[in-house]
Amino acid sequence: MTSSLRFRAAVVSIVLFAAFLGIWHLATRPTAAAHNMSPEYAKLMGLTATQGKSAMPGPLDVGAKLWEHLRQPFYDNGPNDKGLGIQLGYSIARVALGYFLAVIVAIPLGFLIGMSPLISKALDPFIQVLKPISPLAWMPLALYTIKDSSISAIFVIFICSVWPMLLNTAFGVAAVRKEWINVARTLEVGTVRRAFTVILPAAAPTILTGMRISIGIAWLVIVAAEMLVGGTGIGYFVWNEWNNLSITNVIIAILLIGIVGMLLDQILARFTRMVTFPE
Amino acid sequence: MTDKFISIEAIARRYPGADGKETTVFEDLWLSMGRGEFGCVIGHSGCGKTTVLNILAGLDQPSEGAVIVDGQAIEGTSLDRAVIFQSHALLPWRTVLGNVAYAVTSKWRNWDRAKVKAHAQTFIDLVGLTGSEHKRPSELSGGMKQRVGIARALSITPKIMLMDEPFSALDALTRGTLQDEVRRICLETGQTAFMITHDVDEAIYLADKIFLMTNGPGAVLAEIVENPLPKDRGRIDLHRHPYYYALRNHIVDFLVSRSKTFASDVTDHDPRNVPVVRPGKPELVIASGPGDSEQASWPGLSRPSTSS
Repeated sequence: MTSSLRFRAAVVSIVLFAAFLGIWHLATRPTAAAHNMSPEYAKLMGLTATQGKSAMPGPLDVGAKLWEHLRQPFYDNGPNDKGLGIQLGYSIARVALGYFLAVIVAIPLGFLIGMSPLISKALDPFIQVLKPISPLAWMPLALYTIKDSSISAIFVIFICSVWPMLLNTAFGVAAVRKEWINVARTLEVGTVRRAFTVILPAAAPTILTGMRISIGIAWLVIVAAEMLVGGTGIGYFVWNEWNNLSITNVIIAILLIGIVGMLLDQILARFTRMVTFPE
Repeated sequence: MTDKFISIEAIARRYPGADGKETTVFEDLWLSMGRGEFGCVIGHSGCGKTTVLNILAGLDQPSEGAVIVDGQAIEGTSLDRAVIFQSHALLPWRTVLGNVAYAVTSKWRNWDRAKVKAHAQTFIDLVGLTGSEHKRPSELSGGMKQRVGIARALSITPKIMLMDEPFSALDALTRGTLQDEVRRICLETGQTAFMITHDVDEAIYLADKIFLMTNGPGAVLAEIVENPLPKDRGRIDLHRHPYYYALRNHIVDFLVSRSKTFASDVTDHDPRNVPVVRPGKPELVIASGPGDSEQASWPGLSRPSTSS
């Protein structure tokens, strides 16, 4: 039954996708041939005016361009012309670095907040104020103090991914069942061993959920951050291609951003499943 | 009672109330048990039974008084006092073996893996879970989970086993089997055990001494009932024993009526010298005499003797 459901769902997905491509294709068909215009003017106006080609690229244009990119993902023809693989690589590296720093800070701090009501109450006002700040609002301050655009982008990733991890870790640690703690207490398990053998496994699903939310936010923010700092990365690529008026490349970039985001989420989802225990 | 293996001395537990006043769950509570004895506390909800057990376990501190176990005042939790929790409290991410081994490594930190495993296996076998070592708690039935809880508690070879209504969440059949197991293990190993229960029959079957507590707040230990049934009692013929109904009626009477009125009825209650009752005992003596034979055949109708 489940396999047949999956099969039917796949069929519906494919039909929907085909319908989307069809409508897209029809909507971007070339219109009637050009009006009469002087050849010089026609040269200035380009194919859109002369042959009635739609300004919006159709699925075939995008497909052809995508194939071109996929065949050569890592070419490097100078600062403004790098392969998509390189651009994505820069973005992923920044996200990974900022995210990793956030893990190092958020999980121990979350443990502290979760285990100590005093620290929890003391830090609460700071967290409440800092959490809703848009990560991009930190950018000027980061650029001014760090004086390096690439590191500033990493800082922005750090600051945006730290909150969900911090709050989820604190919540998960504070919500560990009292009876499990009591088991450890009656067995005279020391604080450090208790943290690693009882609290960490018990809170791990909640912590991983926080990490999964964080990686999603980090991937959202990196595109915006790279548009601001420029130079490299998929966000910069989008903005650069917008300036080049290459809508085809913008669409390809959007597609790839979605796919990479999905992969990152799936990786974290797999880790979450690994630490989740049935009760 | 000369041998006081466990001695609870004048403990009180108070909680801060909502209106700034303190609520006293119980105060000036004295209780003692000998080595190898099985004690059961019976009382209504809210009389502080669980608090007494938690204090004994070291999970809670008394507001006043002290608890002495084996000649030493207790301070916090200890591996000498194992707890079997009502909700079994197994770590769900560990297997059966993992749960028991966790307790074993907590007690003997420098044991190697093989020794820990062998020791844990002994106790898994003891509670009849051989073959389920590598299952996770979620794959076990309620009764099997509680068996793991018992194995975990026994594996650290504690001086005392503390049980907080360990079988109340189980169905009647499973409960019966586990009671048999616990009784067998306690008799075989001479384990001292302290148990909280709501089940009068469970107390009669398992306990050597039954501690009756009045209703809280301000609960007191009203009576200590010594179990007159023979040590080798069996579940099957338990209710055929001539003292069975005397004992049962005495406890039920207490729970139904006297637990409420005790505080107003008994004015000269001395918490240090709680009356020890042995229902049915005198009738056995009188039964041989003339005239009293009719009463003797219904020992439950007669008032039990009271002695301190």
